[in-house]
Amino acid sequence: MELFLQQTFSGLAFGGIYACMALAVVMIYQATDHLNFAQGEMAMFSTYVAYTLITWGVPYWWTFLLAMAISFVGGLLVERIIVRPVEGTSVLNEVIVFIGLLAIFNSLAGWIWDYTIKPYPSPFPKEPILGNKFVGTHDLGVVGVTLVVLFAVFLFFRFTPVGLAMRAAAQDPASARLVGIRVGWMLALGWGLAAAIGAVAGMMVAPIVFLEPNMMGSILLYGFAGALLGGITNPAGAVVGGFTVGVLETLVGAYVPFIGNELKLSFALVLIIAVLVFRPSGLFGYVVVKRV
Amino acid sequence: MALLEVAKLEAFYGQTQVLRGLDFSLEEGGITTILGANGAGKTTTLRALCGMVRTRGDIVFGGSRISGAATESIVRHRIAHVPEGRGTFVRLSTEENLRLGAYTRKDSAGVEEDLERVFQYFPRLKERHRQQAGTLSGGEQQMLAVGRALMMRPRLMLLDEPSFGLAPNLTEELFDILGAINKERQVGMLVVEQNASLALAIASHAYLLETGRIVISGTAREIEQDETVRKAYLGY
Repeated sequence: MELFLQQTFSGLAFGGIYACMALAVVMIYQATDHLNFAQGEMAMFSTYVAYTLITWGVPYWWTFLLAMAISFVGGLLVERIIVRPVEGTSVLNEVIVFIGLLAIFNSLAGWIWDYTIKPYPSPFPKEPILGNKFVGTHDLGVVGVTLVVLFAVFLFFRFTPVGLAMRAAAQDPASARLVGIRVGWMLALGWGLAAAIGAVAGMMVAPIVFLEPNMMGSILLYGFAGALLGGITNPAGAVVGGFTVGVLETLVGAYVPFIGNELKLSFALVLIIAVLVFRPSGLFGYVVVKRV
Repeated sequence: MALLEVAKLEAFYGQTQVLRGLDFSLEEGGITTILGANGAGKTTTLRALCGMVRTRGDIVFGGSRISGAATESIVRHRIAHVPEGRGTFVRLSTEENLRLGAYTRKDSAGVEEDLERVFQYFPRLKERHRQQAGTLSGGEQQMLAVGRALMMRPRLMLLDEPSFGLAPNLTEELFDILGAINKERQVGMLVVEQNASLALAIASHAYLLETGRIVISGTAREIEQDETVRKAYLGY
């Protein structure tokens, strides 16, 4: 029982991180119909920026907020400068740009900060809190932080005029222009927000997996799995999917003997394929019906 | 001075020229209708005014030149386009759809007032204000499109086939409401409509479009009497 609770909580912590990645991916998917393959590397890069700020002596939570802000601006600029010229040209063009971004951020991080593995601090104390033995304090903190961030994103989209305009622009760009929404800027805002959310995922996962240029590769894959499971067309579904994948993956790794830690990642791939085969719209997505 | 003045307007889809030099103007607060067969360029004319297609020529609205500007800038002059196919944001609620119509406005008190007014014109929308707009019936979505346009507090409304897919009694109701809005709020209207007799009944001026050119223009009463229009579009 203790092991089960411990594993579940660790799974929830990873789930929160996957949920952030899933949400970041879904936000861009909704606006562009494409998966941003560079989302993970952008988050990794953000984490390196945070790492630099910390080595300069900036306090942890200031670093946290600053890194989110810098990532937001960075995401915005990436969309305006690099992605925008190919928007709406062809699927192939856009995917190539995404993969190019992936390679660029990866090499750039290696070039600036080198490829050695670095420790990244956790803001949460090492000692277990509330006298319990089975829930790690960092795990608990990660669940808390990701929930706060996800809830803030929900409030933004649900209750602010800009959030509403962003949803409208993603759904129907032509109609959005007719009510005066600057659709291009909404897209850029979406990239900025996705980058900021990704930064949170990066900073939360770095103390566990350590900081190195390839640290987000598998995380993004789990994020994709979560997004697909929950429904790539539904942000709330993607968040639920991310948490589900985190818990499932940890439990499968702990309890299914032949999988263990080595084969955990293939679980994500199996899940992606299973969802695509049996329920392409995901658990909470809607089926896109096109009238022709 | 005219509200809208259009000179030598040409419009293109890719290489295909659809409008071949239109000259027309709209009065402040008047209702004008564009008649014509399918493919004559009626919808394209409305789209050209909003910068949704590539154009050449001059469009001057309320004294400022809007031709060549981006759609989202043009509508800031308070030109509300009720598009073909209604342009509903299907996964947003009815009320969110309406509030989007007021996206460019800063006067929140006025926006609330206009929301109430739209609900007065279309009580069905009030009943369904929290419902997902994609689940509304065709008629309700048409009302929503008109309501959303009104939320802009427009000086000019461009209406593309407002009767499309509506039952005859709903169509008449909608045109009564459009007439009332025009009188109460001095909103100029440019209406493209299959149902020519209905359009001519509320319009003050009319143009007849054939293959991208204006072939007849005049007051609605003159056009109603015109032999070709009667034979081709009014059916008597």
